[in-house]
Amino acid sequence: MSTLAIHNGRVIDPALGQDGIADVVIVDGRIARVGPNEGDMVIEADRIDATGLVVAPGFVDLHTHLREPGAEHQETIASGTAAAARGGFTTVCAMPGTEPPLDSKAAVESVLREAEASAAVRVLPLGCITNGRAGELLAPAGELAGAGVVALTDDGQAVADPNLMRHALQYSTRFGLPVAQHPEDPALVRGGQMHEGWVATRLGLRGRPASGEATMVARDIALAELTDAHLHVCDVSTAGSVALIRAARERGAHITASVTPHHLTLTHERVAFGESYDRIQYDSSAKVFPPLREEGDLEALSEALRDGVIDAVATDHAPVSAMEKDIEFDLAEPGISGLETAFGLTMRLVSGGQLSLATLIERLTIGPVRAWNLDRRPGFEGLGTLAPGAVGDVVILDPTAEWTVEPERFASLGRNTPLAGERLQGQIIATVVDGQTVHASAAVAAL
Amino acid sequence: MTIETTNTAPNVSTAADTATDTLAPPELGDGNWTHRDLLDLDTYSQTDIEAVLTLADRMREILDRRIPRVPALRGYTVVNLFYEPSTRTRVSFELAGKVLGADVISVSANTSSVVKGESLIDTVRTLRAMRADAVVMRHSMAGAPYLAAQHTDASIINAGDGAHAHPTQALLDLYTMRRAVGDLSGKKVVMVGDIAHSRVARSDLWGLAAMGAKVVVCGPPTLMPRGLRAGDRPEHAESALPPVSIETEIDVAIEGADVVMALRLQSERQEGGLLPSLHEYAAHYQVTAERLARANPDHLLMHPGPKNEGIEIAGDVAGGSHSIIEEQVTNGVAVRMALLYLLSGRAEPDDVGGEARS
Repeated sequence: MSTLAIHNGRVIDPALGQDGIADVVIVDGRIARVGPNEGDMVIEADRIDATGLVVAPGFVDLHTHLREPGAEHQETIASGTAAAARGGFTTVCAMPGTEPPLDSKAAVESVLREAEASAAVRVLPLGCITNGRAGELLAPAGELAGAGVVALTDDGQAVADPNLMRHALQYSTRFGLPVAQHPEDPALVRGGQMHEGWVATRLGLRGRPASGEATMVARDIALAELTDAHLHVCDVSTAGSVALIRAARERGAHITASVTPHHLTLTHERVAFGESYDRIQYDSSAKVFPPLREEGDLEALSEALRDGVIDAVATDHAPVSAMEKDIEFDLAEPGISGLETAFGLTMRLVSGGQLSLATLIERLTIGPVRAWNLDRRPGFEGLGTLAPGAVGDVVILDPTAEWTVEPERFASLGRNTPLAGERLQGQIIATVVDGQTVHASAAVAAL
Repeated sequence: MTIETTNTAPNVSTAADTATDTLAPPELGDGNWTHRDLLDLDTYSQTDIEAVLTLADRMREILDRRIPRVPALRGYTVVNLFYEPSTRTRVSFELAGKVLGADVISVSANTSSVVKGESLIDTVRTLRAMRADAVVMRHSMAGAPYLAAQHTDASIINAGDGAHAHPTQALLDLYTMRRAVGDLSGKKVVMVGDIAHSRVARSDLWGLAAMGAKVVVCGPPTLMPRGLRAGDRPEHAESALPPVSIETEIDVAIEGADVVMALRLQSERQEGGLLPSLHEYAAHYQVTAERLARANPDHLLMHPGPKNEGIEIAGDVAGGSHSIIEEQVTNGVAVRMALLYLLSGRAEPDDVGGEARS
């Protein structure tokens, strides 16, 4: 029998409405008890002193690119999940845009096998909507569901054909799988390198208009309502999409949504400007799709996150190699390596007063779990909470600790971040999966 | 004439030439030329631009000599690195370097081989390792010269990057305008055409703003970039793009113009669905004699070339008395000479045309 006792932390469990000093006791990989001095009752235990720290359910990321198989130079299941552990994530939903793509049982099972062997945290794969993500023929959703996928998506490639998307949504209802869509209309954003607006004009780069997202989101919502299906909008980045999602949810449509830390906090100006407006740069570390938007979009996004119109903060962790970033901007791979900075970056909303710490934790834990009903899967009961019997996934964090982003020290192989050298407030002190400590910073004191 | 010509020009100069044979340094304001690169004119002040234009006058004199050769840049190596085909800009830089006695090498690269093999960063580092002093770069992708400049201490000169900038074209445009009309302050300059995809327009806007001209851009709404109107930007970004008026009706735009510049229309714009047809474009935006009648009677007509006569500009006005299009081409060499000389760091009072320093 193995026991872990986390002592005297401020336990925040949004699902249970709990916020107070308590001990958390995990026995044999499941939450046993949470309460004052509960840790003192156990005799044989590994112990962590969380005095002055926050203890919460482990974070759940609905949008992680682990790149394996096919692009192991960018990330592996081992390195990506190590990065997740550093970022406080105990569950990551792995995107199917691998090579080969996860459009068959065999491909999904190979990822699950590799995760079993090398992953530091739970890995829940997604499956493709269409074979080979080609947008032509439906992938076998039933076979994929049987293999254990938690949602369907064609990853960064949105399903362009509205009729095919209609059928994908309709078919998915038989297996209870959400259909997650990258929210940009391929025709409207073709060739675009960044948000369409004055910064793109200054740089002479082709833009991706905000309406390229709104049109896709509007279409998909209409199709989801037509088919009574569950649509998940990934990477919401514009005020226009927020308004559409808000209205659809008010009508009772089954629409869920997630937003990245970078879309919540950084604008398109980050691509062109460092310290001053006098000198431009073409910073490919800030190249990401959908692109970083404008101030007004950021406000709408944080408001929607606060109101719950957006269910989850999801990283869209997209590691790429230096070789793929340090080239002409048009050729540079889009993406931000986001797992290790996610908490610190979103904490800016808490510091800025737009979000409470408890709400942020909600959107990183029970928010995403409920969005995709992950806790209804066998073995995952109580995921995203610290309820007795729940999986023993816990994060210990210090919301006030400041640290400097040093990409060269990332566990992720992807050092692509626009935050290099920046100070972030909010640090992950330790991460526990199934009662086992998978990450512990030097600051953590074992009793 | 022998092949020795290049570096012996001063010895065969006529007496008349000798009088202007020195390359006395231009007025550099506070006496400092601080630029190593020319990536775009947005970082060049009015003083910097004046320095280039003033020196270009002297270069123009050299160009007009019987034997246009001086050794001012002897031992200086210029590599023209062209990832996109170009005749006029490449030849203009080659001539500019050769007139000043520099060694000039032109390399045609293509981006598809870059994607497969050698990266841009490797290429510019390699050129520097071979002691290239300046790399003149033309690239189909915006920002490529910025990437190059971060990875070499050779001077990087942007000879056109995607739809972003073409600063030497802007300098020669400014020089040509100034030679023809004098002080540009308060002058109305109208650019007509594909503003959204024009690197010439973008650089011209910065240069003209620095020189105090009033600029109007005119074109169909589908060829206007987003956010160019100051009111479409947040307050803090007001100066992030040059001040400009936007007008979609050509007759209104041209009214009282001192300079009218027609921009090249690429036929891809029609294929991309941005225009119904070239005929439709010509009907609404072609610069014609009839439309120019609304301009200032002494107006100048310009075009960065190569021009499509009968589409963006009528043939009769392109070759007419207000046109200074050919003048632009000649001035291009002079301006590029001035720029190379300034960026070389050799513009010092004792650095005269007779003997180059080793």
